Amino acid sequence: MASYATDALHRDGVAQADEPSFQDLAGEHHPEGSTMLGFWIYLMSDCLIFTVLFATYAVLGRNYAAGPSPKDLFDLSLVAVNTAMLLFSSITYGFAMLAMEREDVQKTQLWLAVTGLFGAAFIGIELYEFAHLIHEGATPQRSAFLSSFFTLVGTHGLHVTFGLIWLSVLMLQVRQRGLIVENKRRLMCLSMFWHFLDVIWIGVFTFVYLMGVLQ
Amino acid sequence: MFSDTDLQRLLFGRLTLADIPYHEPILQVTFAGVAVGGLAVLAAITYFRFWGPLWRDWVTSVDHKKIGIMYVVLALVMLLRGFADALLMRSQQAISFGANEGYLPPHHYDQIFTAHGVIMIFFVAMPFVTGLMNYVVPLQIGARDVAFPFLNNFSFWMTVSGAVTTMISLFVGEFARTGWLAYPPLSGADMSPGVGVDYYIWGLQIAGIGTTLSGINLVATIVKMRAPGMSMMKMPIFTWTSLCTNVLIVAAFPILAAVLALLTLDRYVGTHFFTNDLGGNPMMYFNLIWIWGHPEVYILILPAFGVFSEITSTFSGKRLFGYTSMVYATVVITILSYLVWLHHFFTMGSGANVNSFFGITTMIISIPTGAKIFNWLFTMYRGRIRFDVPMLWTVSFMVTFVIGGMTGVLLAVPPADFVLHNSLFLIAHFHNVIIGGVLFGMFAGVNYWWPKAFGFKLDQFWGKVSFWFWTIGFYVAFMPLYVLGLMGVTRRAQHFDDPSLQPWFVVAAIGAGLIAIGIGAMIVQFAVSIKNREALRDVTGDPWGGRTLEWSTSSPPPDYNFAFTPVVHQLDAWWQMKARNFQRPVTGFHSIHMPKNTATGVILGVISIAFSFAMIWYIWWLAALTAVATLVVAIAHTFNYNRDFYIPAETVVRTEAQRTDALAVAGRA
Repeated sequence: MASYATDALHRDGVAQADEPSFQDLAGEHHPEGSTMLGFWIYLMSDCLIFTVLFATYAVLGRNYAAGPSPKDLFDLSLVAVNTAMLLFSSITYGFAMLAMEREDVQKTQLWLAVTGLFGAAFIGIELYEFAHLIHEGATPQRSAFLSSFFTLVGTHGLHVTFGLIWLSVLMLQVRQRGLIVENKRRLMCLSMFWHFLDVIWIGVFTFVYLMGVLQ
Repeated sequence: MFSDTDLQRLLFGRLTLADIPYHEPILQVTFAGVAVGGLAVLAAITYFRFWGPLWRDWVTSVDHKKIGIMYVVLALVMLLRGFADALLMRSQQAISFGANEGYLPPHHYDQIFTAHGVIMIFFVAMPFVTGLMNYVVPLQIGARDVAFPFLNNFSFWMTVSGAVTTMISLFVGEFARTGWLAYPPLSGADMSPGVGVDYYIWGLQIAGIGTTLSGINLVATIVKMRAPGMSMMKMPIFTWTSLCTNVLIVAAFPILAAVLALLTLDRYVGTHFFTNDLGGNPMMYFNLIWIWGHPEVYILILPAFGVFSEITSTFSGKRLFGYTSMVYATVVITILSYLVWLHHFFTMGSGANVNSFFGITTMIISIPTGAKIFNWLFTMYRGRIRFDVPMLWTVSFMVTFVIGGMTGVLLAVPPADFVLHNSLFLIAHFHNVIIGGVLFGMFAGVNYWWPKAFGFKLDQFWGKVSFWFWTIGFYVAFMPLYVLGLMGVTRRAQHFDDPSLQPWFVVAAIGAGLIAIGIGAMIVQFAVSIKNREALRDVTGDPWGGRTLEWSTSSPPPDYNFAFTPVVHQLDAWWQMKARNFQRPVTGFHSIHMPKNTATGVILGVISIAFSFAMIWYIWWLAALTAVATLVVAIAHTFNYNRDFYIPAETVVRTEAQRTDALAVAGRA
């Protein structure tokens, strides 16, 4: 700010003897990038969607309508494996970002690929779990509990799926253009998105699975 | 049409020729009107060879000024549709007594009041507010565009897509018959099996995406892109109210998206969120939709408060009284707006404790709002007030809004609400605050910033005609509804038995007629002003003696808004510059970094219309195709890294020299 020679005015906001500068004549002012802030705000708005789904589960999650309850349905060890997949994928994404900071394209791509594999494994296990539940007759149409369960967990899974698509596109773009500023910014955004989904999943695991089975 | 119904089902879903209501005379006339009007517009565009400029300078533009103007045009067009619905309702209720059934059968009347509410809130008030913020905020904070210019264009086209989807329901199928918030179980698959609620869901869902993204965009813009020296407490008050509104948008619209998605699942998949059986709970929907819905009304009114603050200060020739308290009042309203939602359904039976909590929080909102009213009054006190059209709207707002606010406090008392719930008293109350607050604010804003956007003032005479017919028409139309509501008349009735009520409804219908004249006068005002634009021309860029930075640049501003980024030292930055005899630099210009136009936004908008149409009519192949297309187009857009360019310094020099000449000519005259 010093370059505008306006410090005196900043101090008391009234007229000084010397004429203040009213314009950035040197053309030095460039607004800093807003992408990270904007993406943060987007994540918070997405978080509110999950908030609604969590609240709905909290209100309707015990309405079994004489159907199956969490104790009858959930296989905690399978969900624990699934949770591990997603947590590992967050760590490997972190390694990808460290490699990006070192400008190491190869390592970045490698860790992104590992992240993608963990993510795909998570989605695979989740689809298996859903198929199993539906096969047992525990469909989303069976009770309000199952409606809210499938919607909450499914919305998270849908987010991970879009994350995987995004990840693949970004790997292609890094291969085409390398770690240029735009690509780094995009990798940062996906990083926030990916860790955000991890945090949401911890909520799902605790709130839906653990508390459902241990109640 | 096809002998093979399976093939027809596959190709067209549940859409058949019988769904096009070509046998209803009202719709025939409407369709003829829309078709003739539409053809006339298309012909005019072709005749004036406007297709190229329309595409290059408007449709694909990422310029916040162009996008802001397009939002306001959308709002004005949709106002005509929403007001046509209002006239239909008022005339039906004025004649439908005793043996006379009126001319609108219940199934049609129910669609009209639903469409009226949806259109007026989502496609008139919202685009109006978003348009003004889009146009004015970057100029007020000394920025060259918003933080994410492409996203801005995309948001606009998503809003248009939602509006188009809603309009299609007029001629293909039907609209919801549920009221504007589509409460289940009435809006569920059992009670509303038709396409009406699906039109409602997809129209709002798509427009909502645009609104949320535009909210994120403007928050980032205001937080990150202010001119050097403009600390938060030196921001113009309209920018402050816009910031709060966009925070509210970001914090409220995802809830609408989620609750509509749950209703969609109930209707399409057969889940049990809001059903009466298998564990569903319809009251969940009431809570969730109003957790969005109540902040929504503050999303609409806060920018209007900002407009009135700017206008009061400018036309009183004084700085705003109590700027700091105005900011705090705005922030307090923002927070409180999340703590009052339950007052929309006191009669749900949550018990005395819950109802008292929400009743009290509701009443508390009147305190910061009252502080604002006094701030405006004290700003006017001992000011040299000029009663130009923007100021007339402002004064009318102050009187009208106080009445609406007081009836709101009456409704906030739970025992009173048990009597007045769902009555015409409520209808009168919220029209009192939305017309007298939001709409008057937007009209004031259009009159105030029109010269900035187009370089000439609006015609005063027709502006005053419009103002008087709107104001008087409003009182004639809605004061009778207060009386009827106190007598116990419920809302949304298509027919009445008690003939003693009829005179009140006739008076209300006359009021609607007066408002119609007000709208007509406004259209005449625009036409006359455009015709006489040379006489109304303003070359100074500062026709009202403004105080904030948007008045420091030319009218209309150049693409880059400011040749040099302003440096701010105090509130009312432009006022200080004028007081210190600021001389506009005429040399030393630099090249300016700007974003490039793109067609991706409008393409995604068109695909969204096709997608929602396919979902509404169960045309699954088209839904899948358009869903994939959306993804492909969005991803393809990210492969374009070439998104910006520099306006060369010579162009800036040329543009600024033209302004220097124009100012010199005006100075001699």
